[in-house]
Amino acid sequence: MELSDTDRALIAAVQDGLPLVAHPYAEVARQLGTSEADVMAGIASLLERGLIKRMGVVVRHRALGYRANAMVVWNVPDENIEQIGRLLSGETYVTLCYQRPRRLPHWPYNLFCMIHGRSRASVRRCLETMIEAHGLHGIEHEVLFSTRAFKQCGARYGKFAMPQEPAGSAHG
Amino acid sequence: MDEIDRELVNVLQDGLAVCRRPFDDIAARLGIDVSEVLGRIQKLLDSRMLSRFGPMYNAEQMGGCLSLCAMQVDAERFDAVAELVNAHPEVAHNYEREHVLNMWFVVATELPEQHARVVGMIERECGCKVYDMPRQQEYFIGLKLAL
Repeated sequence: MELSDTDRALIAAVQDGLPLVAHPYAEVARQLGTSEADVMAGIASLLERGLIKRMGVVVRHRALGYRANAMVVWNVPDENIEQIGRLLSGETYVTLCYQRPRRLPHWPYNLFCMIHGRSRASVRRCLETMIEAHGLHGIEHEVLFSTRAFKQCGARYGKFAMPQEPAGSAHG
Repeated sequence: MDEIDRELVNVLQDGLAVCRRPFDDIAARLGIDVSEVLGRIQKLLDSRMLSRFGPMYNAEQMGGCLSLCAMQVDAERFDAVAELVNAHPEVAHNYEREHVLNMWFVVATELPEQHARVVGMIERECGCKVYDMPRQQEYFIGLKLAL
């Protein structure tokens, strides 16, 4: 999708975060030399076009006591992936859910989801409950717990800050 | 982090409204005033409980490329390889995971054509094959983690 110069200026102005003031969009407007209404319209347009998912926060799960972080990968028949992707993403403890290409012969998994919990045991319990609730017993899967996180800074690419997705979730 | 902070984080995960005074509604829901909402967000950022407050970009929609990459790295070389990988500004988070493929990192580039170049450089520098898995579909996640 093409970004206009206005889009780019707006993205650059807010990429490090919104100002923490009662009128944040007015403050952005002041920095850009434009009006509050224009900034709000510009952000609404970025949201509408899906360039921004939302104005929100990135939570650092580890810092909040969610120390166990599992990437659960599934080998789902292609014809069911949409249905199962939706089921998993609706689960409370699933923080991300993506379809990705298989890399055969070594990597047969095409659906990835992240589960965060206070302990490995609680993550395993969530997973068992999910499998039971949705009858996923027949679907090959693996659980990859993380042992260390090396680079947790919100990465930047080019001019834009990348969201560090629901954080602590090695996912792209 | 107290009960109000927890509620605040839950509310903020939903997204901030695009209106003139977006914190008013949050303050009312929490029964505190706006300056306290702002002060608490600042404190959560300062203490690194939250890492960002602002727009969550959709890389693919912006024409970029975001891919999860995995490598099999020998244990004794792991830290050295992690350093090589993390030195690339296009690499977002990098995690060690319990699997034969034990290093998992995200490569984010502004243009799709830069992606192959970065992945190729990482393969050459580290001497490891990269399993490169761009996301094909994201399934919507609603409000998360009732803290």
